Amino acid sequence: MRPELVCPAGTPAALKSAVDAGADCVYVGFRDETNARNFPGLNFSRKELEEGVAYAHERGAKVLVAINTFPRAGRPELWHQAVADAARLGADAAILADIGLIAHAARAHPDLRLHLSVQAAASNPEAIRFYAERFGIKRVVLPRVLTVQEIAAVNAAIRPVETEVFVFGGLCVMAEGRCALSSYATGQSPNMNGVCSPAAHVRYEETAAGITSKLGAFTINRFGRNEPAGYPTLCKGRFVAAGKASYLFEEPTSLNTLAILPELIEAGVTAFKIEGRQRGRAYVAAVVQAFRTGIDAVLAGRPVPDLDLDAITEGGRQTAGAYEKTWR
Amino acid sequence: MTETALPPSRLTLGPVLFNWRPEAMRDFYFRVADEMDVDTVCVGEVVCSKRSPFFAPMVPEVIARLAAAGKEVVLSSLALIMSGREIAEARDLAATDGWLVEANDVSVAAMMSGRPFAVGPLVNVYNEGTLAALEAMGAIRVCLPAELDAATIGALARTAGAEIEIQAFGRLPLAISARCYAARARNLAKDGCQYVCADDPDGMEVDTLDNDAFLAVNGTQTMSYHYLDLLAEMDGLRAAGVRRFRLWPQQVDMVAVAALYRGVLAGTLAVAEAQTRLAALCPGVDFANGYLHGREGCAMVESDA
Repeated sequence: MRPELVCPAGTPAALKSAVDAGADCVYVGFRDETNARNFPGLNFSRKELEEGVAYAHERGAKVLVAINTFPRAGRPELWHQAVADAARLGADAAILADIGLIAHAARAHPDLRLHLSVQAAASNPEAIRFYAERFGIKRVVLPRVLTVQEIAAVNAAIRPVETEVFVFGGLCVMAEGRCALSSYATGQSPNMNGVCSPAAHVRYEETAAGITSKLGAFTINRFGRNEPAGYPTLCKGRFVAAGKASYLFEEPTSLNTLAILPELIEAGVTAFKIEGRQRGRAYVAAVVQAFRTGIDAVLAGRPVPDLDLDAITEGGRQTAGAYEKTWR
Repeated sequence: MTETALPPSRLTLGPVLFNWRPEAMRDFYFRVADEMDVDTVCVGEVVCSKRSPFFAPMVPEVIARLAAAGKEVVLSSLALIMSGREIAEARDLAATDGWLVEANDVSVAAMMSGRPFAVGPLVNVYNEGTLAALEAMGAIRVCLPAELDAATIGALARTAGAEIEIQAFGRLPLAISARCYAARARNLAKDGCQYVCADDPDGMEVDTLDNDAFLAVNGTQTMSYHYLDLLAEMDGLRAAGVRRFRLWPQQVDMVAVAALYRGVLAGTLAVAEAQTRLAALCPGVDFANGYLHGREGCAMVESDA
């Protein structure tokens, strides 16, 4: 089976780039806190979604709408409206994380195809079957905690439910949707606000030695005068533990699975997802083209070509992350 | 609102999240059974399944002692369930008769097949819809996630059929991972971890490069450096419909800590006096309550109480 390539689009321009570069699906979010990339200047209005769906459908591609934060108690209307609009505007699926919102969507929009967001952190077949049997979830985006072997076992256990896995981009080191580190430092979190380590709480301070990056009140990293100062994503910072300073949780690095594409295809994954709705259209186009080429090569029985994505990976560093057991 | 207008509040001792040596863990629970004034005690490995085999043989003895002392015993599940062995253990736990099970993953809630269960704070319950869905599955008690503010807690408590519990003392569990940071900090892989997390019975302190205390690592779990302290907020939470408060075991005199929370709930101890005594029981500890006040979790908002 030919795996789908699912690509991010933070803007209508990126959607067109992704579709033109060979994306099978594009995923987007509305311009509010209903999705996990609630960044300034990003995301779609209702009208833009309608136009994006038309552009994609004319070219045989699908559009998925991520509504994957957790609705606030007392005011679920914003999230309910987002699901209703995704259905009304012809989205091919909604990507949801919250049990209550999934229950609502299944009840109010029985014809809307539902995918389980990575933010739901369904890490085993029992959890996935729960969402599938109770709410009709058709596909689950797996949390980035499983090895390729474990993914194969999950697929064997949950068919016909499909799985989607991240193949490239930013890398959460914690189980997604189960991390409150950002709100501990800033008051804003992925689950509640759709942001992690938000820019409004970031400061860069000049010191004699160079630049110190801070998130809220906390120093996340320091850089020398001739070093580029990276963005202070909390879990990619340098901290002191057990008597030494290190990238305790993870180095600033990007997930890149090009080299293990054959294994992921063999594991029975339905869809490959590229992270980065906050990225520009050139980035999206380059990554989509590389993975389109890679997947098509594997399916044709050829080795994965040596595609250089160094230029667009974080700090020029890449990892296969949790897909390889040694990462743990 | 007067104290007597509200139903009595209950105290839960949360499961020990750390990898304490088995004998130390057993002796702790024996002392809890004999001396601690709490209504409910949770037992079970939440963080890392590699730790379970060491304490498991002592669990029946611990449960029996707690039950004989009149404590309600709750068996807590693992939070991040991935391997076949972890799934099988969760199924065994869900099939338990006689003790309430606390689901710390959605899969365990599903495995309960409609029988009554409790929901732990590592399950994402942010709104009434999710609360109602879990209640329909059999949830009779829900300990809410750390990052909710008082207004959200109130909105949930108003509509809840289940008993609402709030974390009130100790390091907050903030994140769970497949990767072990206790091992990584010591240049070990998780597979060959040598159980080094046992060297951090109160968590491994994580400081910033400017030497500010920030977080604490408990194996695959990342916690707050600060201890949560909601002594001053419990009255307001009770009025909002919260019926139960959770104390997380730390390396301090937990019997004395529980007595302070009980005293404040019973109205026999003033909040300010309890806070002074709590600080004395936890030397060198910084406290936080920011989440409840809609702030960053690490903040400490002084109350007027």
